[in-house]
Amino acid sequence: MVEAIRFRDDNVHEEPAVSLDAFLDQSNATAVRIEAGEDARLLLPLLDRLALIEIDFPVFGDGRGYSAAQILREAGYKGELRASGDVLVDQIAYMRRCGFDAFAPDAPIDAKVMKKALDLYDEVYQGTTDSRAPIWKLRHG
Amino acid sequence: MGDISMYQYDKYDQQMVDTRVAEFRDQVERRLAGELTEDQFKPLRLMNGLYLQLHAYMLRVAIPYGTLNSKQMRMLGHIARKYDRDYGHFTTRQNIQYNWIKLEDAPDILANLASVEMHAIQTSGNCIRNISSDQYAGAAADEIADPRPWAEILRQWSSFHPEFSYLPRKFKIAVIASDEDRAAMRLHDIGIQLVHKDGELGAKFFVGGGMGRTPMIAPEIRDFVPADELISYAEACLRVYNRYGRRDNKYKARIKILVHELGKEEYTRQVEEEFAHMKTLGLNPPVEELARITEYFADPAFDKDASDDLDLSDPDFNLWVDQNTVAHKQPGYAIATISLKPKSGIPGDASSAQIDLMADLAEQYSFDEMRVTHSQNIVLPHVKKSDLYALWQKLDEAGLAPANLDLITDSIACPGLDYCSLANARSIPLAQKISERFADLGRQRELGELKLKISGCINACGHHHAGHIGILGVDRKGTENYQLLLGGSAAEDTSLAKITGPGFDEDGVIDAIETVTDLYLKERQEDERFIDTYRRVGMAAFKEAIYG
Repeated sequence: MVEAIRFRDDNVHEEPAVSLDAFLDQSNATAVRIEAGEDARLLLPLLDRLALIEIDFPVFGDGRGYSAAQILREAGYKGELRASGDVLVDQIAYMRRCGFDAFAPDAPIDAKVMKKALDLYDEVYQGTTDSRAPIWKLRHG
Repeated sequence: MGDISMYQYDKYDQQMVDTRVAEFRDQVERRLAGELTEDQFKPLRLMNGLYLQLHAYMLRVAIPYGTLNSKQMRMLGHIARKYDRDYGHFTTRQNIQYNWIKLEDAPDILANLASVEMHAIQTSGNCIRNISSDQYAGAAADEIADPRPWAEILRQWSSFHPEFSYLPRKFKIAVIASDEDRAAMRLHDIGIQLVHKDGELGAKFFVGGGMGRTPMIAPEIRDFVPADELISYAEACLRVYNRYGRRDNKYKARIKILVHELGKEEYTRQVEEEFAHMKTLGLNPPVEELARITEYFADPAFDKDASDDLDLSDPDFNLWVDQNTVAHKQPGYAIATISLKPKSGIPGDASSAQIDLMADLAEQYSFDEMRVTHSQNIVLPHVKKSDLYALWQKLDEAGLAPANLDLITDSIACPGLDYCSLANARSIPLAQKISERFADLGRQRELGELKLKISGCINACGHHHAGHIGILGVDRKGTENYQLLLGGSAAEDTSLAKITGPGFDEDGVIDAIETVTDLYLKERQEDERFIDTYRRVGMAAFKEAIYG
């Protein structure tokens, strides 16, 4: 079992994530896992019930999860947003920018390499849900 | 602002490319140390334009919207000399690529590029690629505005975009600002034409064009996007694609397939819905940012008294002026195209010495500025007419003055089987043989505008679908075979070429080209171009002439 990586101060949510179908069918689950092709918008009416949303990356090149994460954060979701599956160190910085704050990679990630990757770029060109000010904003105050 | 009329990096832009160099240096080190597998490294190197070809790594360097200055051009020559085999290849996406790069040199090359405000960011991979534009931008007599500030806004927005770096497939955007389309705009994933509406400048969006295996002409999906909503509209187009573009089959993964399968109306509806939401997120730079960038593209210091008089008594010069220069918006100036299509040459190739010379000539005669065209030529955008003769003489001495712009020997050709691991057939030797068969300039001029485009496989990097005459190399039972296509156009009258019939061997396809051009000369009325006659007469007559 590879250790999960978290960028949150709260405690790990213990309840296992259920599938999207199961979640939409039952009223008491607080954690859900969505697969790459599933529509994150189905969760929007139910966000305040959720403490954990796990988004799976079957292969790192499948970028649908980035949009799913953005959609959830744009809608105001504040709970844990976890990327699982083929999550590699070289994608984590972009995942952070799209709102992921926890990672459950299939293979271990070297903490030092990850820190370096996350600290690398001082600025960003575009706005996302991570609230960093894009360069155009720095230019124009 | 300096005296160059093109965008210049501020500290932020410089820091971004410098950081990228450091990041890639680290990734290459990890790859060379075996910490990254080739599978893991591949998407990282691709986002830096580094491909593994048949014989070596190929590095593709971005030339944003095809514009560059002399200092940058000289650096391209330096890289060719120091790290490659003394030449570079200008591409159909207004970039340059080097075919013989060593992986361990790549970080140093990127550092060299960064020192002149250049990079190879997103020149490959399933991300938003270098933004292309009209090679005559800022100089053309017919443009309503300079499209490059809009392209630069898009360049910055798309660079390191976290949501759109693992798209189903590559994504190409072109921006133009005149009715004449010199950038194959509607054959891009997103084509943008700047237009006026009620006195305001905005963007008309075409989405879902492309070549490749399934060529499509992009339909218009919105007639006007205001400047301060450009980014949120582009985000909406991309998000719908990122979520719903096909990922099960890489040959069906481009946005053109999504738009086609959903239908233009349904795709547009989804984009509009996403756009309504995106507009509320504060994604758009303020109009002051467009204004800031636009200032860099202010006209150079034209001589307002420059004369339109031109001494054309030298007949060879006269031919070059007639063929390779076009009207400039400023009286007394011309836009001059340097053809990289000499007889027996490799389309788009230039030696380090030629690259240096073009840089020198741009400095001397064109306010330090050059453009790369999607037809793989170089443009000097602002040449005083009184300097044209001196310029032409220097070009001629260096073998850079073929007077064949838009003629049959001004062909586009992909690298083909000489370099590319995807190719089924060679493109370059065919282009060379065609340039020899049709070498006589009088004959070429008699044939007039004739866009010949050659691809070595169905991926269509040589734009064969968009050729008045297209050639597609295929593999037929282990031998190279060439199919002939007729009737394509990448201009404002965009159309897709159709295959005439069974293919030919190399000599056979050249004979077939002669047959169709002969038929054109026989059938043409008044000043019809080849494509006009083809459209009037139809495929049947041409087929009959070729196959009997």
